[in-house]
Amino acid sequence: MGYYIFKRLLAMIPTMLGVAVLIFILLRVIPGDVVEARYLTQGSAYVSQDLMNIERKKLGLDQPLWKQFTGWMTGLAHLDFGLSMWTGSPITEEIKLRFVLSLQLALMASTIATTLAIPLGILAAFKQDTWVDYAVRVFSIAGLATPSFWLGSLMILAMLIVFHWVPPMVFTPLWVNPWDNLAQLIWPALAVGYRYCAVGTRMMRSTMLEVLREDYIRTARAKGLKMKLILTRHALKNAILPVLTVISTEFAFLLGGLVVTEQVFNLNGLGMLFVEGISHRDYTMIQALVLLVATTFLAVNFVVDIAYGWIDPRIRYR
Amino acid sequence: MAAAPQTVEELTRTRAPRAPWLSAVFDFIRERPLGAVGAAIILLTAVLAATAGQIAPYDPLLNNYSAMLAPPSEHHWLGTDAYGRDVLSRIIFGSRTAMTVGLGASIIGATLGSLIGVFSAYFGGRVDLLVQRVMDVFFAFPVIILALAVVAILGTGAGNVILAIATPMVPRCARVVRSSALSVREMPYVDAARASGFRHTRIILRHMLPNVMAPILIMGTAFIGEAILLEASLSFLGLGVQEPTAAWGLMLRGAAVEFAETAPWMAIFPGLAISFAVFGFNLFGDSLRDALDPKLRTR
Repeated sequence: MGYYIFKRLLAMIPTMLGVAVLIFILLRVIPGDVVEARYLTQGSAYVSQDLMNIERKKLGLDQPLWKQFTGWMTGLAHLDFGLSMWTGSPITEEIKLRFVLSLQLALMASTIATTLAIPLGILAAFKQDTWVDYAVRVFSIAGLATPSFWLGSLMILAMLIVFHWVPPMVFTPLWVNPWDNLAQLIWPALAVGYRYCAVGTRMMRSTMLEVLREDYIRTARAKGLKMKLILTRHALKNAILPVLTVISTEFAFLLGGLVVTEQVFNLNGLGMLFVEGISHRDYTMIQALVLLVATTFLAVNFVVDIAYGWIDPRIRYR
Repeated sequence: MAAAPQTVEELTRTRAPRAPWLSAVFDFIRERPLGAVGAAIILLTAVLAATAGQIAPYDPLLNNYSAMLAPPSEHHWLGTDAYGRDVLSRIIFGSRTAMTVGLGASIIGATLGSLIGVFSAYFGGRVDLLVQRVMDVFFAFPVIILALAVVAILGTGAGNVILAIATPMVPRCARVVRSSALSVREMPYVDAARASGFRHTRIILRHMLPNVMAPILIMGTAFIGEAILLEASLSFLGLGVQEPTAAWGLMLRGAAVEFAETAPWMAIFPGLAISFAVFGFNLFGDSLRDALDPKLRTR
């Protein structure tokens, strides 16, 4: 087991390196850089090329690409993400509070989604091809079809028209004022959670359908076990693994992928930071963000892999 | 209740054989009612897109400053937007954008992805390992971030948006198709083809690809819905197709947010159109998967 964990951790390194190289190249292929974004789009009449070159030199953009890359990597090895090219402040500072927001939102959305998805999926599978099944399927397929950002704006609109109230638009950390914090974040969590729940429900239903056809389920029924017991003890344990995978994968993507929903709810999270970073051509910021999101994704996958062995003892790691 | 057939003519009339494709359609409707509903929605969207010029009551690009932000009425069934453009007409024309981007991105993504997947499975060994590692890298990017990066490089506009949306689909399709192709590779007919001395491209395209069509079709259908959603997200951010093109995501942006309280129809109807169309594709795709995946067949 220890060896397996070590091997898995080691295998993450090339992927991370690949992500780093890919985003490094992608960013430099995007036309324009941070200096142009700052001086040319402000509508100012004329900025001398010399001034721009001085700025570039300050940011190290005049150096050859390999040097920029190794510089970035050396910094990372010291856990130093560097300074944002746009604001000039340390990236860790810029990311910190937004990460807290995004993480909390992702956690809330996944709690909502998981508590709904597992029972709904089991129910639909158990009652396959009845109206219950159809209702759950329509509910979950509609969840996949509804853009979260649109659902979010409808929620705000409904609250505005019905209650003449809008959720707070400024983020308050949970430890400062839990009430304000929840009043703001519960809505985006619901909007995103619906889609997320739909993904989980569908997976739960289809794995449950497979498991319910297994011989050991028939045996359990034949010996007169209560259906509730069969579903929770026999079927659920065997059907839950793929559900765990999709739920955790979605979770990892929620962290950095809520670009549009954040805009609707005016949340200053990682997604918003990402869009700003792209439009400012803030190389260092985007690089750090992408690496952060990719690391979370890989870490979550890793944890799920380990959890597989814990939930299903038949899986042995070598 | 009809009376039992008495004469020969009646017997032959009631048992008139249907065309085989027609009876397949009827079987599908009977066995998978949800899938049939999905197919009907897709058909409706396609017809709207094809005949937009004929059925839309107004020119979707025509500004009408005497009817700005007009609520739904007999003249404008779904109201007008901040420029006085008819929302219904823009939704009808928007189905063109949605269908073009949805189909385009799905076809490109599924084709490239399945070619890579089959290629990777066929050659196996180091090639497979390398391809999979590269796919892993793309996987670690959230879909929307990858699409945003591609739009930033290529620029906005329908063609580029299609490419941007297809990019994240390639690795996902490749992974699924690869796992199916791995088992196809072990089939005797592939050995036979190899023994006959066929070229690799022929074996991949003629012998392996047709046998992994089921997962490709399933993924392809799912991709269309996802692509429509992603296009709406990109357009909402202002990074998809550009004004004044009629596109659903674009209609939800700007004035729709600004005047949401006074003119909610601008925010409601285009979103409904998105959900409705994607719902149709998902419903159909689900039934398609159930029909093609023997593991999930009804007891």
